[in-house]
Amino acid sequence: MSSAHGEIHAHGDGHAHEEGFWRKYIFSTDHKVIGIQYGLAAMAFLLLGFGLMLLMRWQIAFPGIQIPLIGKALTQDGVLSPELYNQFGAMHGTIMVFLGVVPMAVGAFGNYMLPLQIGAQDMAFPKLNMASFWVNFVGGLIMLGSFLMPGGAPQSGWTSYPPLANIAPPSQTAWLIGMVFLITSSLLGSVNFIVTAIQLRAPGLSFFRLPFFVWTQLVTAFLLLLAFPPLEAAGVLQLMDRVAGTSFFMPSGLVVSGEILSNAGGGNPLLWQHLFWFLAHPEVYVLILPAMGIVGEIIVTNTRKPMYGYNTAVYAIIFLGFMSFIVWAHHMFMTGMGTAISSFFQATTMIISIPSVIILTIFLLTLWGASIRYTVPMLFALAFLPMFAIGGLTGLPLGLTASDIYLHDTYYVIGHFHYVVSPGTLLALMGGFYHWFPKITGKMFNQTLGKLHFWGTFIGMNGIFGPMLLVGMAGVSRRLYDASIYQAAKSVQPLNVVMTYSSWFLAAAQILFLVNLFISLRKPKTPAAENPWESTTLEWTAPTPPLPHQNFPVPPHVYRGPYEYNTTSREFAPQALQEV
Amino acid sequence: MSVVIPYVSKPHPVTGVTNAKLGIWLFLASEVMLFGALFSSLIVLRVGSTDWPVGSTILNVPLAFVNTIILITSSLTMVMAWASLKLNNLGKYKMYMGLTILLSFAFLVVKYFEYSAKIHHGLSPATSNFLGIYFTMTGLHGLHIIGGIVVNAYLWIPGAKMWHSDPERFTGRVEVAGLYWHFVDLVWIFLFPTLYLL
Amino acid sequence: MGDSAEEIRHHIKGYFLVYLALMVLTGVTVGVSYFHLAIHWAVLVAFIVAAVKGGLVAAIFMHLNNEKKIIYWILILTAVLAVGFIIPVLMDVEISAYTQRHIPQ
Repeated sequence: MSSAHGEIHAHGDGHAHEEGFWRKYIFSTDHKVIGIQYGLAAMAFLLLGFGLMLLMRWQIAFPGIQIPLIGKALTQDGVLSPELYNQFGAMHGTIMVFLGVVPMAVGAFGNYMLPLQIGAQDMAFPKLNMASFWVNFVGGLIMLGSFLMPGGAPQSGWTSYPPLANIAPPSQTAWLIGMVFLITSSLLGSVNFIVTAIQLRAPGLSFFRLPFFVWTQLVTAFLLLLAFPPLEAAGVLQLMDRVAGTSFFMPSGLVVSGEILSNAGGGNPLLWQHLFWFLAHPEVYVLILPAMGIVGEIIVTNTRKPMYGYNTAVYAIIFLGFMSFIVWAHHMFMTGMGTAISSFFQATTMIISIPSVIILTIFLLTLWGASIRYTVPMLFALAFLPMFAIGGLTGLPLGLTASDIYLHDTYYVIGHFHYVVSPGTLLALMGGFYHWFPKITGKMFNQTLGKLHFWGTFIGMNGIFGPMLLVGMAGVSRRLYDASIYQAAKSVQPLNVVMTYSSWFLAAAQILFLVNLFISLRKPKTPAAENPWESTTLEWTAPTPPLPHQNFPVPPHVYRGPYEYNTTSREFAPQALQEV
Repeated sequence: MSVVIPYVSKPHPVTGVTNAKLGIWLFLASEVMLFGALFSSLIVLRVGSTDWPVGSTILNVPLAFVNTIILITSSLTMVMAWASLKLNNLGKYKMYMGLTILLSFAFLVVKYFEYSAKIHHGLSPATSNFLGIYFTMTGLHGLHIIGGIVVNAYLWIPGAKMWHSDPERFTGRVEVAGLYWHFVDLVWIFLFPTLYLL
Repeated sequence: MGDSAEEIRHHIKGYFLVYLALMVLTGVTVGVSYFHLAIHWAVLVAFIVAAVKGGLVAAIFMHLNNEKKIIYWILILTAVLAVGFIIPVLMDVEISAYTQRHIPQ
């Protein structure tokens, strides 16, 4: 139905061929270029966040010991100071969530694949797409720049809780401004994704013929659209508190360093927490949903079966998205909200585990009886299942108020959410990278290095976050510069050493990935990369790589659902194939 | 560029809306959440406070009353600008859009007098949470007005060239800008009594 | 949008009528404030007047009275979430020790 304005000009009006370097690679409106820009930036930030973690883990495992090689560059005696530890902790979280995982999962994978999977030429608003990236980029620069500010980088956690964040050094203001940029970028992007997914689907592509990945991106976009604004509001209020001297979050009579603050007072620190977590809980579903989408694509492709219960999976994702808005205060069980409110949020938190279990079950049932192809992407997708299961299961004692009393603010929480994001989302993203690398570049990656990367990553991640759960259960608090001084922590300190060694092992595995990326990009293009996985969805019928600004030489028409493997006379029936 | 995006001027056959129309309503939904969060914060601070003043004892009600009239009038002129385009009358469009922009500036000027009078009397956002939320919410609202002025000014002169090449698409743009502008008016309709009269 | 010139002129009549109503209602809301009603009545009246004014702007100026379903659904979802935020937060303010009026002076 793109016929009304659908005359596709195969050779533009002269301009398309004459795009200069800047228009083509830097200020491009082509969703594929923008997707790669997001991907490269996100990868850089992921590596930076990883580096911060490595430094922190040295201090945790070997408190007070000089960091080898680079310690002297950080502090005078080479030992991480408490201030620096807090800074790295806050920035690790901020960078990984807002500059690493989300831009990669949504900005990179979503931007690149969404228009292709729906048979569109580009996003609905290509210029807005470009603007989204550059606003995100500026936000990232501000966050990076904050490291150089007097008083050091932001150090009030990724959560910026008042009153601490209100009186924190100047870089906290930079953090807030940076967040405003990142949130704005996100809002613009989510409008684009929703309009594109709803309006620009190819003829024949009804909603229940969409690839599961598109559904997850669509729900994710709604989460970003409606959950981020309250944090933007909170950011504005905290900026006013810091810069204009207001007291939105500052109660009266607050004493700091022995002196009563002179502000007007009357504020409520919990107001920030409510506004923050109203976003930050849906945010974690933003982190996981695209990953579930990718895992769905990879599993179906490599089991040669339709998804078991596709409709149910779609309803589960929609329900999950909606529920994610009404569980936020389970992050606030220890703030004295009272039993009525806590019971409500405990109930909704228990309910929200149901759709996740449904989706995992659907993936498992899809595997049942399948002839599984153990390709490199499939290794990652398969590993996602038990890893996400552990992440989800460890969330239950946190969502139940009684057990949360003990576990809140311990390493158990860190272990829980890292299981979901690290061996969960990141494994899925890596799998997605290997899955779509051939279509994007026209080249095949080195399979052996890919497998080694997988095993190293899988083992390394479990080596970090498995013991972490135990450390938390022993009662060790999070965000401590040196927990080993506490009695409870002494018995589990050896686990910290295990975790730190695992983090180096994990780092080494990522080197394999970077090497693989480098050597595979230098290989020549091969026709084997057209559709190496024999997948049915629309992106695989585009040229390799898809045409600039156009994707398909002729707009595709869709004739069937997304996963018709072994359901017709053919081994697999691509969506765009007319005759079966 | 060889991209031709469908449903830019003509609506999608199933959803019945153009891309821009759907896009602006999604954006307005996020703005509802933004201002909703600020209103919620206002209510939280007020309900929790021990000494919240009555707005009219501190703020200038007559001036804000005038501003309310100005803004609502600008909403009328904005929708008339769009209606003029639907009636193929570019001249009337220019008149109404120009009026809209003029009224918007008037709103900002009145705001400027309001703010400077406060500052002159030593009343700043830091003085109390009431003043803090007053300056913050009207300030953010004012920023939205400025954003609207920029868009409307573009559509008034440079952007109006599109009327000659693609009138339907241009009319759509004006409608979408109008939706944004009416929303800004809507926020004020709730903000004015909340801050000034209660 | 497919509206004929005649329909547009009809709409224009509506715009001016609504404008008049908005002016009157603005006067009402300011006028009522001079009665210094008890706070809960004042809030109720102010909210109702604002809701009527807002409703007119949304329905007539923003053409919501005749919009497509997808727009309605987006707005309903937004309203549900906005309400879903404020209710627990207000309940928390009532009980929380961090609320200013619960803090012993």
